[in-house]
Amino acid sequence: MATLLEMRGICKLFPGVRALDQVNLNVEAGEIHAICGENGAGKSTLMKVLSGVYPHGSYEGDIIYEGRTLQMRSISDSEREGIIIIHQELALVPLLSIAENLFLGNEVAKNGVINWPQAFAKTRDLLGKVGLDEPPGTQVGKLGVGKQQLIEIAKALAKDVRLLILDEPTAALQENDSQKLLDLLLELKAQGVTSIIISHKLNEIGRVADRITIIRDGTTVSTLNRDEISEDRIIRDMVGRDMAHRYPERTPKIGEVLLQVQGWNVWHPEQKGRQMIRDAALSVRKGEIVGIAGLMGAGRTELAMSLFGRSYGRNITGTVSMGGKVVDTSTVAKAVDAGLAYVTEDRKALGLILEEPILRNISLANLAGIAARGIISHGREAQVAEGYRKAMAIRTPGVHQKVMNLSGGNQQKVVLSKWLFTDPQVLILDEPTRGIDVGAKFEIYNIMNQLAADGRSIVMISSEMPELLGMCDRIYVMNEGRIVGELSRAEATQERIMAMILNSTGKAA
Amino acid sequence: MSEANNKGYMGSHLREYGMIMALVAIVFFFTVIVRATIDVDFLSAQNITNLFLQNSYVIIMALGMLLVIVAGHIDLSVGSVVGFTGAVAAVLTVNLGWPVIAVIPTCLIVGGLIGAAQGYWVAFWRIPSFIVTLAGMLVFRGLTLWLLNGQNIGPFPKSFQALSTGFLPDLFGDADQVALGMERLNGTGLLIVLIAAVVVIWTGWQKRQRDASFGITPEPTTVFWIRNAIVAGALIFVGYKLAIFRGLPNVLMVLAVLTVIYAFFTEQTTSGRRIYALGGNEKAAKLSGIKTERLVFFCFVNMGVLAALAGMIVAARLNSSTPKAGVGFELDVIAAVFIGGASMTGGSGKIVGVVVGALIMGVMNNGMSILGIGIDYQQVIKGLVLLAAVIFDVYNKSK
Repeated sequence: MATLLEMRGICKLFPGVRALDQVNLNVEAGEIHAICGENGAGKSTLMKVLSGVYPHGSYEGDIIYEGRTLQMRSISDSEREGIIIIHQELALVPLLSIAENLFLGNEVAKNGVINWPQAFAKTRDLLGKVGLDEPPGTQVGKLGVGKQQLIEIAKALAKDVRLLILDEPTAALQENDSQKLLDLLLELKAQGVTSIIISHKLNEIGRVADRITIIRDGTTVSTLNRDEISEDRIIRDMVGRDMAHRYPERTPKIGEVLLQVQGWNVWHPEQKGRQMIRDAALSVRKGEIVGIAGLMGAGRTELAMSLFGRSYGRNITGTVSMGGKVVDTSTVAKAVDAGLAYVTEDRKALGLILEEPILRNISLANLAGIAARGIISHGREAQVAEGYRKAMAIRTPGVHQKVMNLSGGNQQKVVLSKWLFTDPQVLILDEPTRGIDVGAKFEIYNIMNQLAADGRSIVMISSEMPELLGMCDRIYVMNEGRIVGELSRAEATQERIMAMILNSTGKAA
Repeated sequence: MSEANNKGYMGSHLREYGMIMALVAIVFFFTVIVRATIDVDFLSAQNITNLFLQNSYVIIMALGMLLVIVAGHIDLSVGSVVGFTGAVAAVLTVNLGWPVIAVIPTCLIVGGLIGAAQGYWVAFWRIPSFIVTLAGMLVFRGLTLWLLNGQNIGPFPKSFQALSTGFLPDLFGDADQVALGMERLNGTGLLIVLIAAVVVIWTGWQKRQRDASFGITPEPTTVFWIRNAIVAGALIFVGYKLAIFRGLPNVLMVLAVLTVIYAFFTEQTTSGRRIYALGGNEKAAKLSGIKTERLVFFCFVNMGVLAALAGMIVAARLNSSTPKAGVGFELDVIAAVFIGGASMTGGSGKIVGVVVGALIMGVMNNGMSILGIGIDYQQVIKGLVLLAAVIFDVYNKSK
């Protein structure tokens, strides 16, 4: 196979930081090339260099594409070459239709007047290629994330893509949507489209990638061929150390039942008559880590948030008991008083105040803990934050640093610190390792184990089944708003969980 | 090492110091220009007194507007509320003959009710504050016209006028000095200012010690002393100037007390902190157990009360209530808050910044008027200053 793209000796400096240092990347025509590396390793920077976000001259090194040296000044230059990047945060306009989004900035128009019949026809054509069967006039915001991702790809196809770059395309996707997306990549490959995929999900890389380039601390560590790919090897190269065990060892010390939920029913906040949670019951023991498995839309987050101060849904019925006594969790404040804490899956939107410094985020849920008669002690606040910075190993120059400047893993530690400062007995962790690199994941797991060892109870919601299997003492399986099964650590396997989900689908009472 | 520290510290506080330096520079500019062109002392006792009397209402409302804007909202109705509460005060005192002591709390309650009426829709029904208060702006301007029957009502009794034109009595008044035609010095005024200067430095030093005991790196010692020397110097200078004229205006005292209360509320109390959290990320605040609706409601009630206070001060200053009172005030107030460094999206902004922002606007109004610059140019210049201040902010952040 011929070389399509070669990036040679790329160096990129930011004030005070050498983000890329002599990175080499070689992509052959018609392959799917994966790029792996921890957060902050320089993957996204490299792709920004390739796509012209950082113009020629702002970096050192050469980009050789089809034998020519490219000197791009902007994204439009790279798009003209057929190099198209799909960012992690989707760049679709939610209020516009599929057709309008597909040809945004590239309209099917003559003299500025849009030819709608032709645009719709082309849209149908492109949607067919990505395996979507939606009317072209559908508002994009009404589609799920999985479908939106496919529309991004269709948009790339509309621009005659030859080198498609996907930055963590499946990070927000559910298992089956991810599968669809990966299948599509393989199909595009068959049609001659070359892809570069950045991903944290090693099993996916193993499935589709022909070769992998691993980047660590801004330099290329290795490029592996398909037959050399193994998860252990990738992890070793990514973190620079051997990680024999991806999940830390732990000897559970499980006590009596702490949290008990019975007959929990929740209705959709807007759509009348749509029940989101049906008669859910669960219990968690002291020192236990309990997992909740399920597909996207199974109702896991809805269950957790409705338990936590009725933050989701309406007409909620059911009882919550802590240590055998029924407790009132009807507002967040009451739920916190009862000893609950909920660490959200969407830390940027729901967990943190990004513009504020670390210490203010940590104290937010327990301002009483740093105040006397409503008057805040700034000194005590800093002391508390400093304590968590050390205990959690939050990597930052200081607790006055704004949270937005932290990496995903460190942000997650800030959210965890915030909730630990409320001294909860039960922590509900919703996708605690989403969007976090391998090294930080391991740290989060260690923190969870430590919390359990301290006698706290943990409910862990995760879409990554290996993580649930590796961490949990017991797993509840949810589907279509119901808890459809319960497996002990010994019984649980990915196959059994999937079987429970599939067997229960469509059999709602 | 210490110099590098200073630099880093100044860098992270550029905005605060920049504002104060801008104010000082503008004052200096006008002092020089006014002296050169029309040979008048810009910093004369009379002009300083005027400066505070003219701008007190903007500063008072800016304190409340900061809370509203920090919470992520806006209140466009304050100008009309100024007019309306002024009209209520006039009707009660002049037409109905109520005693001033009853009129003032009544007007404050009316303001609070107006704020509550608007805040209710914003907080609990989630109607955008822009719409609700735009409606309020029209409604209360209309009610002002209705209440005044389209005419001016006045004059007010002396005791009501004292709200705006009164001065603190001189407890150490020396009649002999006056009789001898000597420059009269208001002892009370000077004493209060001196005490204030000492308190500022003392509390600052206390806080420094406390921070140090908690292991917080304080601002560099030199910066601390320079900053406090400037603040204390300015306080004493202004106080002296006022003392040799007519003493401290009542309005200035109200202003100073309110500024201290609001600065304390926003920086030191849990409720104040929660307003910032809610403006920074409402959903995250809510999921942290903060009752966001109640706080938004409170911000609007508070704004209404302050607008009522401003309304009475304006009426007292004009010595009559007019249907046009307060027209366009909302723009001055909102501009002062943004010049003072608040963020359009909510979640940030400081009381000190807002007061300095309002003073910058006030000094420019006053200076340009003295120089005889037409109202047309004044508007243009004020607009550009607002734009420049916000551009400076955005540029600073993007660096």
